[in-house]
Amino acid sequence: MSEKVLMKGNEAIAEAAITAGCRHYFGYPITPQTEIAAYMAKRMPKIGGTFLQAESEIAAINMVYGAASAGKRVMTSSSSPGISLKSEGISYLAGSDLPAVIVNAQRGGPGLGGIQPSQSDYFQATRGGGHGDYHILVLAPASVQEMAALTVKAFDLADKWRMPAMILADGTIGQVMEPVTFDFDIAPAPEKPWATTGTELRRPHNIVNSLCLQPEELERQNFARFDRYAQVEKEEPLCEEYLTEDADVVVAAFGIAARVSKNAVDEARRQGIKAGLIRPITLWPFPKANFAKLVGKTKAIITVELSMGQMVEDVLLATKCRIPVEKCNRAGGMIPSSERVLREIVEASQGGEIPW
Amino acid sequence: MVVFERPHALLDVPLHYCPGCTHGIVHRLVAECLDELEIEGKTIGIAPVGCSVMAYDYFGCDVIEAAHGRAPAVATGVKRADPSKIVFTYQGDGDLASIGTAETVHAATRNENITVIFINNAIYGMTGGQMAPTSLVGQVTQTSPYGRDPKLCGYPVKICEMLSQLEGPEYLARVTVNNVARVREAKKAIKKAFQNQIDGKGFSLVEVLSACPTNWGKTPKDALKWIDDAMIPYYPLGVYKDRSADQENR
Repeated sequence: MSEKVLMKGNEAIAEAAITAGCRHYFGYPITPQTEIAAYMAKRMPKIGGTFLQAESEIAAINMVYGAASAGKRVMTSSSSPGISLKSEGISYLAGSDLPAVIVNAQRGGPGLGGIQPSQSDYFQATRGGGHGDYHILVLAPASVQEMAALTVKAFDLADKWRMPAMILADGTIGQVMEPVTFDFDIAPAPEKPWATTGTELRRPHNIVNSLCLQPEELERQNFARFDRYAQVEKEEPLCEEYLTEDADVVVAAFGIAARVSKNAVDEARRQGIKAGLIRPITLWPFPKANFAKLVGKTKAIITVELSMGQMVEDVLLATKCRIPVEKCNRAGGMIPSSERVLREIVEASQGGEIPW
Repeated sequence: MVVFERPHALLDVPLHYCPGCTHGIVHRLVAECLDELEIEGKTIGIAPVGCSVMAYDYFGCDVIEAAHGRAPAVATGVKRADPSKIVFTYQGDGDLASIGTAETVHAATRNENITVIFINNAIYGMTGGQMAPTSLVGQVTQTSPYGRDPKLCGYPVKICEMLSQLEGPEYLARVTVNNVARVREAKKAIKKAFQNQIDGKGFSLVEVLSACPTNWGKTPKDALKWIDDAMIPYYPLGVYKDRSADQENR
């Protein structure tokens, strides 16, 4: 599909997954991501793929575990409460070094929360979410086109690093309609000699497993996995910087919050304030270097999030607390207005007291 | 002269099971079936959490170790990824009939074309003898020290009877391995459960009443007898569903 089409963000994810060679999707209905399942239900049977509505999110992620073990490109999607249920399975995927793509169209929480957009699963996504020492790749799209592009990228990165990858979207970008193309260069999936595809009696058996009862060996596996993570942190961080070069005030935001913030930055510039935007595209690995560069140049950072403030902690770490940081956040499904972000920029540019 | 040999699909490694445990017998029966049906090379086994967690070290086919109770979902993923492969799960009672009940019921009702080997020994073995969903009324375990009281924790779950009420599954049978004749019967059922999958007939589950002398606090011999005296009266042996046979007889 190389022509431009008008699509919802959630549908763009589904079509992009198919473009990337995903033929296996396992899901369970939950608002606000059900369009992904509905799209897959329609498309998969027509292209020889599998769409299966599982009995629960737990079952769905374990079906993903099975198809990933079999070496297939496989995806599931859900929204916040459902991702909590999948977290056990995500830990097992990470512990068994399996590639898979998981979409989280976040909604407000905690608990059953609401169904309006949110970014309050940042900690859950970037810190692992399930038990044990592990990371997953976390990609945060800010447009429908990026929903598609980052989904393709998620499959590539997951296979490359043998890690689960998450598209950390939100209800807004999932629901909004924008023009999108699917004109991607698709690299073939790498060979997967570790996959459980049957020995054909020609090789020793493959085992997909995360159990290891010898502590020395389990420690060795953890260190080896973190060596790989260190490589990912070196090679894969992605970040958009907008007018940050000379900026006194930099707004840090991802996803839908970044789009609101960009409008505020443009308006601030019109008013003569040197404002900029830094937008992490990969949340794990976090683009630490881009933030570190701001130290000594930028007078204040404003983090804009649809949560009580989660990414802000990574901003503080990446800048080693050497730049004052002000939070501008809404929660529970509310979105900060660009006017409010602008007010924060104006205040910060006037050197207002930063309560940190 | 007949030489009794190790099946090819069972690797030549020491098993970790306790003396008198019947897992070893059932492992062997599964492996014999993989050999005789010549499917080892295209079979993927799914190991559970529980005593047979390390089954991946014992079977020669490819094996995936699943999270507790999720083996039928993992098997579904593997089978849907490549329906030409043979996929079986090997699960205990805590795994299949407690934490994984939903996965069991829904794989059955979808008539997922997989084979399920269900070891029912009425106890949690790996964790040291706690009450299982299949522990009998009055059975003393670490977590039912005064005997299982149905007023407090209900009645033992009858998986074959339950699943037989569903339209979905192809074949449901309960067997045991506490004497030679029954071992032969068990093998027939297990082989049929794999043959059904080869023939594309769908979900086939064989429940094997098994002995756990260690956690039952019995000698291996008494444990086998307890299957006769206590388990079979509550869990009658037999075929609970055989759709193809039923259709032929109609």
